[in-house]
Amino acid sequence: MKFLRNLLDKLKPDFEPGGRFGAFQSVFEGLETFLFVPNKTSGSGVHIHDSIDTKRTMFMVVIALFPALLFGMYNVGYQHYLAIGQLSVGYREIFLFGFLSVLPQLIVSYGVGLSIEFMAAQWRKHEIQEGFLVSGMLIPMIVPVDTPLWMIAVATAFAVIFAKEVFGGTGMNIFNVALVTRAFLFFSYPSKMSGDRVFIRLSETFGLGAGTPVDGFSGATPLGQAATATAHTVQLTDILGNPLSAWDLFWGFIPGSIGETSKFAILLGAVFLIITGIADWRIMISVFVGGFCMGTILNAVGTTAAMNISAYEHLLLGGFAFGAVFMATDPVTSARTVSGKYIYGFLIGLFGILIRVINPGYPEGMMLAILLMNMFAPVIDYFVVQANIKRRLKRMRVKKENTTGLKSD
Amino acid sequence: MGLLSTGNKKVLINPFSKSNPVIVLVLGICSALAVTAKLEPALVMSASVVVVVAFSNVIISLLRNTIPGRIRIIVQLVVAATLVTIVNEILKAYAYDVSKQLSVFVGLIITNCILMGRLEAFALGNKPWPAFLDGVGNGLGYGMILVIVAFFRELLGSGTLLGYRVIPQALYDAGYMNNGLMILPPMALIVVACIIWVHRARNKDLQEN
Repeated sequence: MKFLRNLLDKLKPDFEPGGRFGAFQSVFEGLETFLFVPNKTSGSGVHIHDSIDTKRTMFMVVIALFPALLFGMYNVGYQHYLAIGQLSVGYREIFLFGFLSVLPQLIVSYGVGLSIEFMAAQWRKHEIQEGFLVSGMLIPMIVPVDTPLWMIAVATAFAVIFAKEVFGGTGMNIFNVALVTRAFLFFSYPSKMSGDRVFIRLSETFGLGAGTPVDGFSGATPLGQAATATAHTVQLTDILGNPLSAWDLFWGFIPGSIGETSKFAILLGAVFLIITGIADWRIMISVFVGGFCMGTILNAVGTTAAMNISAYEHLLLGGFAFGAVFMATDPVTSARTVSGKYIYGFLIGLFGILIRVINPGYPEGMMLAILLMNMFAPVIDYFVVQANIKRRLKRMRVKKENTTGLKSD
Repeated sequence: MGLLSTGNKKVLINPFSKSNPVIVLVLGICSALAVTAKLEPALVMSASVVVVVAFSNVIISLLRNTIPGRIRIIVQLVVAATLVTIVNEILKAYAYDVSKQLSVFVGLIITNCILMGRLEAFALGNKPWPAFLDGVGNGLGYGMILVIVAFFRELLGSGTLLGYRVIPQALYDAGYMNNGLMILPPMALIVVACIIWVHRARNKDLQEN
């Protein structure tokens, strides 16, 4: 630690404005604050100082994402070896396969996003903002494993520039950056983002796991099966046609985007986020309540297979839980008032299930529901604040009446 | 006063950059989004707008001293509607396919803000020849943006230009795919925004604080 500090102190003058590498000051500063708590203090007035700055907040979220990411990697391998009928290769190789499949996507997403962030920071002479630490990790977790790398690169660049930098960078964006990336991919390259061919990697990865799919293999995700089912009800199955129970959906050995399958891993992340106070439990709970309400209503109507999936199973399917825990709770794009958060979350859950069930073009509606409510979050806050102002004005009037005994107006 | 005196030149040239109807005045955006998925309809639409704006400018300019102020909008609409109908009929007769692609948008030139804007702001107060140049300039300024937007949208969205394949098959074999979002209207807005971005960056006097 001492050695690092000394090194940084020695290099610092070079990176000051006017120094040899003055142009790269923001890079240096970014690295320095990444390694050490910044010792800047305010010059005037009294401020409460908390050691948790944006960088540490973001890092907490990254830690919370780890269980889902690691499980996602394992599941990529698991589904692959299940498809080619070679599950006997052992845990280590299964994980390695998944790890090697997901790692390039992580590298591409971080590489592209961070280089744009660095360039933007240099260009505007700002500090480097750390928002992308989380977005860069989320992006590979919400896309199918077979998404081509160049598509991830294009979509990430698009999202960072048009959803974030043009609004003024981290903390200014209206829409969740990772979800904009996914929306871009979804509308630009629909054949690579949905259907039954993209969620399971059948080809080999770096020479690992060669083989051909066994008989009876179908790559449709549970939600895909529900969307395409013609009968009145649907029996959800895994990729070999074995029926799935609600527990299977909970533990997550099902096909899907990389990070979203295991509700258990997401739950671990959620608990961590709530304990550390990074994400708001109000939003999470109300998303689930909203989804459950909509699921129950649709169960009562019950004319299609997707409607007949029970309400609690809807909460376990697809990206619902992942969106509720990691996307809806994004402090920048969600509502900020307390009652606003309940409304915001409830409507996300409601619309998420509604889009998923009613619109056959979108087997999963969570992305669109969250982006929609991102847009409405400021409006919700506005009305909550206005309502509060009205209530307090009224209270003041009543008080006046009581004390003076006169009607105020 | 010569046909292309300094003042007249300005009238013709200004709409290309400093007072471009689309990227500076932000008029005619709806049609710019609607007809720019392909290059061909964008070109035809631009030509139609040039013709309609130029000639309605001339006609209104000729009538400018006889139009009563209170009913001038109605008179302008009658003139514009006549010209739009003529253009629409000609397109239907000689370029039926494109006319079908453009559907209502040729008819909607009547409500195009550029048209009414030029009639109100220029034709009512100027002689026919400058009014004609102003109409041509604004029509072309609008058309220029349309063509730029359509160029990128068709190239990236369909891999073609004017219907001819430009992106080689080898690239598709290597895994390249057309960007479906480019065909959808939101992308037209974003491309227009990029043009505005570049334009403002080069013309510092247009930047608002």
